[in-house]
Amino acid sequence: MADELKLLEKWSLKVHEVKLGAGPSAGGSREIIFNIGGQSSFPFLFKEGDIPNRPLIAAEVLDCVEDDWPVGLRTDLASVSKDPVEWARKMASDSGADLVCLKLQGLHPDLGNKPVKDAMALVEAVLKNIKTPLIILGCGSADKDNEVLPAISEATKGERLLFGDVVSENYKTLAAACIADGHNIIAESPIDVNIAKQLNILLSDIGMPLDRIVINPTIGALGYGLEYAYSIMERAKSAALAGDKMLAMPFICFVGQESWRAKEAKVSLNDFPQGGNARMRGIMWEVVTAMAMVEAGADILTMRHPEAIKIVKSAITDLMKR
Amino acid sequence: MALSGLDIYKLLPRTNCKKCGFQTCLAFAMQLAKKAVALDKCSFVSGEVRAILEAASQPAIRKVEIGTGEQKCLVGNETVLFRHEEKFYHPTAIGFIIEDDMAPVELVNALDEVQRLSFERVGQKIGVELIALREKSRDKQQFVKMLNVVINKTQLGIVLMPDSIESLRPALEICAGRRPLVYCNEPREMDAFISICKEYKVPLAFKAKSLDDFSNASKRAIQQGQADLVFHVSSETASECLWQLTQIRRLSIKKNERSLGFPTMAIIEDEDEPKGAAQAAGHIVKYASIVLLKTRKPEYVLPLLTLRQNIFTDPQKPLQVESKVYPVGLVNDRSPVLVTTNFSLTYYTVLGEIESSRVPAHLICLDTEGMSVLTAWAAEKFTPERISDTLIKFKLSDIVKHKDLIIPGYVAMMSGDLEEKSGWNILVGPREAAGLPSFLKNLSV
Repeated sequence: MADELKLLEKWSLKVHEVKLGAGPSAGGSREIIFNIGGQSSFPFLFKEGDIPNRPLIAAEVLDCVEDDWPVGLRTDLASVSKDPVEWARKMASDSGADLVCLKLQGLHPDLGNKPVKDAMALVEAVLKNIKTPLIILGCGSADKDNEVLPAISEATKGERLLFGDVVSENYKTLAAACIADGHNIIAESPIDVNIAKQLNILLSDIGMPLDRIVINPTIGALGYGLEYAYSIMERAKSAALAGDKMLAMPFICFVGQESWRAKEAKVSLNDFPQGGNARMRGIMWEVVTAMAMVEAGADILTMRHPEAIKIVKSAITDLMKR
Repeated sequence: MALSGLDIYKLLPRTNCKKCGFQTCLAFAMQLAKKAVALDKCSFVSGEVRAILEAASQPAIRKVEIGTGEQKCLVGNETVLFRHEEKFYHPTAIGFIIEDDMAPVELVNALDEVQRLSFERVGQKIGVELIALREKSRDKQQFVKMLNVVINKTQLGIVLMPDSIESLRPALEICAGRRPLVYCNEPREMDAFISICKEYKVPLAFKAKSLDDFSNASKRAIQQGQADLVFHVSSETASECLWQLTQIRRLSIKKNERSLGFPTMAIIEDEDEPKGAAQAAGHIVKYASIVLLKTRKPEYVLPLLTLRQNIFTDPQKPLQVESKVYPVGLVNDRSPVLVTTNFSLTYYTVLGEIESSRVPAHLICLDTEGMSVLTAWAAEKFTPERISDTLIKFKLSDIVKHKDLIIPGYVAMMSGDLEEKSGWNILVGPREAAGLPSFLKNLSV
């Protein structure tokens, strides 16, 4: 039934639509490709604007696992966490994740300082074993990332992957590679709308098309500053829909890595008896962090626990029903 | 909707008679807009104008009270769609549906489980507000018997969910003084519910299919003298629920649509606990005033309470702790000294990590007006000068015999300058608090 009572916002711009992955006809080898963004309203308000794409979940895969994982998470991922290729294959096929986010943190001088060729071989093997697009993250050490990521970009030319992150202080090297090789890029800003916009302008100035940029607003976990990114995303989305094309990019939120750092996601039942089942508490920490980000306008969530992925995927599917 | 000073000025006599104590009608109007003075000070405004001003001073979304005394819970009276525009005022009340077809001992256990859902996070107590008793027995004696257990066992706010009007009166007879929220599940019985709620002066929640139905029903209730209402939004699809919750908020705040200006309620009926909790998370951020859950397990409730705490924090006023030197553990004059900011989240995170290191330490919280380390550094609230001054102000040289100060890794760049200004030996700590246990343990070796 049609309601007489309604108040529609008069938005003037759509979020840029970003294509993830390229199939054989477009110069890549992906069997599954996705679009993100493209919406002209706040999340799930179908009566107000177009929402052509649902938020995607990217399963986090790491080339080396931190030793501070809680028991539940460690046990649940034990069968794959030592083999990133199998991990990626399994998450892409069984967990319901839409795509894979490979973080090459073992490149970091403090975390193993793996050689470039290892990373390149890993990316190649992962791509062979999954049908979906891939997100590739560096290790956070600017020098090492600038050495490795452009090489991977070139080796995967035409696949239309998503590379990250670039920041205001270090964007040229990776951006130039992604422009040349036809990839998308993640632009990271420290919970700040102005810096997000400025970085998009810088990227645009060196030739990165606006529909190949995804914003990482740097979220905090539930209980650890989640509300800052929540509001930054809503502010940026309002500005974008009202016409600011330099902020009208989809968002990627690193839910898994943040939520599993939270004390409440880690602490055992013995140390926190009133907190209930520790394994499920950790999973729900990730789920609730993800749900808040989805409502704030996230377009890609990177997530870690397979069960959290299933729960959030199901909630997104429900929200996408009209 | 609030009127501006100029809007009010146009309604005043504009004679500048000064009898209100102000030099001009405009000055008086400006104070009225700020609610700093009462309209009675002007004896020349007409009854008509008075009515307009009174209506405008009503909140766009009615504030409804459930419960009494210390456990009183306030819902509604929100003023914005987005928390960054101002803030969200009344945290979503969280309650639990308990059905009356269980043995009294089971009910007592269930209530105990709910009472235990109280936690402390970043210095604030967070807990739950409501117990909703739903009649499933179709037996009004059973309903009232169980209600008696609830009344005696808990001080939480009560939501009465009778199966029919028959059970409502005896229930209100014994608990109207607790100001319960009454829930009407059956639109055909709405008029009877309205008249009983009016008689016992308690708020009424009801469901409707569409915004038009909510609007018509609330107009009818108001006509009959029942103004404390709550809308139960219950569409079949999640996106339609979100649409209605968003439209109720938007139309009442931006269009002053009085017939929709009421708090809202969502009930999680899904038996799948994780799925239900995920739905509840969506309702807490957008835009339910009350969420009723079935699960009482802390692993589902704690994340929801934490989310509510986050979203209802005032974005202009970050939570702060008192600026001072906090002794952590059994400190003495040889214990290490750390400095951080007085942003609550920073303080409690650092505190937790020092505690888990089991190395007693003095923790200085510098007054950064509640900013985190990097923000405060960028805003020049966490500078070598301010840290040096604080060391003197809190007489650190009397508290410890050494002169070693540990600073956060993120501000390593200030260590030379700080060493010079303070005369203390600066040790650069880890960037993240999580690195403190190993840092402190290595230090004490």
